[in-house]
Amino acid sequence: MTISRPLKTTLLLGLTMPMSLFILGVYNGVMQTLYRAGVLQQHDVAGINYYQGLTMHGVINAIVLTTFFAVIFGHYTIVHYLRKEPPKWSYITSIVFMITGSVIALVVMVLGKASVLYTFYAPLQAAPLFYIGTAMLIIGSWIAFAGWVPLWFEWKRENPLSKMPIAILGTFVNFTMWFMASIPVIYELLALLTPWAMGIREKINVPETRTLFWMFGHPLVYFWILPAYIGYYTMLPKIAGGKLYSGNAARLAFLLFLILSTPVGVHHQFSEGGISPSIKLWVSILTFGVSLPSFMTAFTVGASLEYAGKKRGAKGVFQWMARLPWFRKDNYLFGYFICGLILFIFGGLSGIVNGSYTLNQLVHNTGWVPGHFHLTVAGPSILFILGLTLYMFNHVSGKPLKHRATATIIPYLWTIGVAMLAHGLMAGGLMGEPRRTNMGLTYTNPESHLFNSAWVPSSTMTMLGGIIMGTAALLYFVIFFRMAFSRPTTTPKIEMIESEELHIEKPIPLLLNMRPWIILAIILVASTYYPSFKEVFKYSKPVDNRFDMENPANLNRNNE
Amino acid sequence: MDKYELRAIVLSGGLLSVFFFAVLYNSYSRKIDMPTCIPFDKTFEESKVKEIDKGLYEIYLVARMWTFDPEEIEIPAGSTVDFYLTSIDVVHGFHINEKGVNMMAVPGSINKITTRFEQPGIYRFVCNEFCGTGHQNMAGTIIVK
Repeated sequence: MTISRPLKTTLLLGLTMPMSLFILGVYNGVMQTLYRAGVLQQHDVAGINYYQGLTMHGVINAIVLTTFFAVIFGHYTIVHYLRKEPPKWSYITSIVFMITGSVIALVVMVLGKASVLYTFYAPLQAAPLFYIGTAMLIIGSWIAFAGWVPLWFEWKRENPLSKMPIAILGTFVNFTMWFMASIPVIYELLALLTPWAMGIREKINVPETRTLFWMFGHPLVYFWILPAYIGYYTMLPKIAGGKLYSGNAARLAFLLFLILSTPVGVHHQFSEGGISPSIKLWVSILTFGVSLPSFMTAFTVGASLEYAGKKRGAKGVFQWMARLPWFRKDNYLFGYFICGLILFIFGGLSGIVNGSYTLNQLVHNTGWVPGHFHLTVAGPSILFILGLTLYMFNHVSGKPLKHRATATIIPYLWTIGVAMLAHGLMAGGLMGEPRRTNMGLTYTNPESHLFNSAWVPSSTMTMLGGIIMGTAALLYFVIFFRMAFSRPTTTPKIEMIESEELHIEKPIPLLLNMRPWIILAIILVASTYYPSFKEVFKYSKPVDNRFDMENPANLNRNNE
Repeated sequence: MDKYELRAIVLSGGLLSVFFFAVLYNSYSRKIDMPTCIPFDKTFEESKVKEIDKGLYEIYLVARMWTFDPEEIEIPAGSTVDFYLTSIDVVHGFHINEKGVNMMAVPGSINKITTRFEQPGIYRFVCNEFCGTGHQNMAGTIIVK
C-alpha cells in the first residue's frame, strides 16, 4: 500500500532516532562488562561514570528503543491490515511527544543529573526533567494508540463478516495492556516524583513508589516481547515456508497476556517487607499462569516450523529442523526470528525461576537477573526489532538494503554473544555476584580486600559475550546507516509478510471479543493491587529523604 | 481447537503445576520463609546485636550509604538469627549467598527474615541494590565460631 508523506516521515524518524541512540546504549552495555570483569578498575571512562552509563544503557535500550519500535511497528501493522492511515494529528503529536521526551531524558542523563538507573528508585533523586521526559515518551505512545482505535471500529463496520486479523489483535492487546499498566507509572512520575524532585513535596513513601513502578515494570517486559510474538505468529510461518499451525491458539495466547501481564508485578518485590507472604504467593501463582501463553507459543510456532520443514521434504522427528531456511541471504529475516526463539527457551525457563516464590531469594538482584532478561529483551525482543527495522525501513523509504550476507549473519553472531553473556551472568549470580555493581573497583580487583576470586571467571565470560554482542551491533549499525544514507530506488510502500493458517478453524466467539478479557484484566489487577497497596500503607511510612548518587548526606537536611 | 494444541496446553499446565508444587513442598518442608512484614518503628533504625535466649539472636541491621551497621557480626555456630533490616537513606540490598538470605532495605519500612547458622565459617554479605557511587564498597561479614 502506498503511504502519505507525513506518515512516511514519521515512520522513518521513529526508526532512525532510537537506532542512533542505541549506539550509545550498546557502547555503555559493552563497557559495563569490561568494568565488571575487572579489566577496567575505575569509576569512569571518557567522562561517563559506570552508573551513569548503566542508566543510559537501561533507559535507551529498554524504554526508548522498545517503545519507539512498538509504536512504529504498530502504525505499520495497522496501515497494512486495515488499509487506512491513522489520523494525522495522532501520529504527529505522538512522535513529537516521544522524541521530545527522549531527548530531554537523554540530555539530563548525559549531564549526569539522572544516574538513578531505569527503575529510578526514590530516594535517589534525578533532575525533575528526567521524570518529565520519561513521562512524555510514554504519553506519546498512548496518543499513537488513540489514533488506531477509531480506525478499527471503522474497519469493523465496513467488514462485518471478517475476523479481527491476528496481528491487529496482538497490537491492540499489547497497547491496551500497556495503557492500563503505564497509568500507575505516569502517576508515580508526575504526581509523586516530579513535585518531590522540585522540592514542592517534602516526603515520599518509598514502598509506594516501588509498587507503582513494578505495576508498570513487569507489563513493560511483555510490551517489549509482544511485537515479536506478533511476528512469530503472523510472519515467521511464511518466512520459514509454511503456515500457522493454529490461529485460535494464537488468539488465546494474546488474550491471556492481556489478563495476566499487569497483576504479576509484585514478583519483583518478593524480597522486600511491606507486602505479606500471602500476596506474594498469589502473585507467584499468577506468574506461573502468565508463562502458559509462552509455552503455547513455543508449541504453536514449533508446529508451524515443523510443517514448513516437512513441506520441504523432511522426514522423521527431527529432520525438519535442518530443512529450515538457515543462513539464506535472500531470506535474511529468518535468522532474526529463529535465534530469538532459541534464546527465549532459556529466557522463559529462567524467568519461571525468578517468579517461584521462595526460590526467588537465591537469585534476587544477583547477576542471574540480568542474565535472564538478556535472554528475553536482548534475545527475541531486540532481534525482532533489529530485523524488522531493516525490513520496514527498506520498504517505507524505498532505499535498498545492501550487504545482505552480513545482515544474515548478524543475528547468529549476536546470539552467540548473548548466550555467553547470559551464561556468565547467571553462573556468577548463583555464586552471589550482585547486579548493577561496578565490580572492577572491588570484587574483581585483586588489590581490594573485598576481592572474590570466584567471580572472575564468570564475569570474564560475561565480558567475552558482551564484546561479541558489541561486534554484531557494530556490523548492524554499518548496514543500517548505509541504507539510511543511500538514495531511494523503489517507491515507498507498506507491505507486511502475512502467514496463512493451516486449518480452517471454527471461530470461537470468546476469542474474537476483547471486552470480557479487559474486564477480567481489571478485576485481576484490582484483586492483587488493592491488598498490596493496603499493606504498603499499613506497614511503611513516608520519609523525608532525598539523595544524590555522589553524596551520603541527606539533601533535605542540608538546607536546615 | 486442534487436538494436539489442546494436549500441548494441558501438558504445559501440568508441568507448571509440578514446578509450583515442588516450590511449595520445599518451602514448607524446609521451613524456607519469605521476607515478612513488620510495621515501621524508629527503634529499628538503631543497630544492635542482642542474644535474647541461648543460641537465639536478634540483629537490627541498618544499611546506609555505603556501609552496613554492624559491618562485622560474630555469633556462635548453631545460632538462630532474626534479621531486622532497614535503611536510613536510599534503597539497599542485603545478600548472604551461602544462606539464601536476600532482602531489600527500604527506607520507611522494615524487613525481617530468620535463618540458622549451623556451620562455622565466614559468611560474606553484600549490598545488591544500586545505592550510589560507593555501592561496590558496601559489604560485611558474619563470623560463625
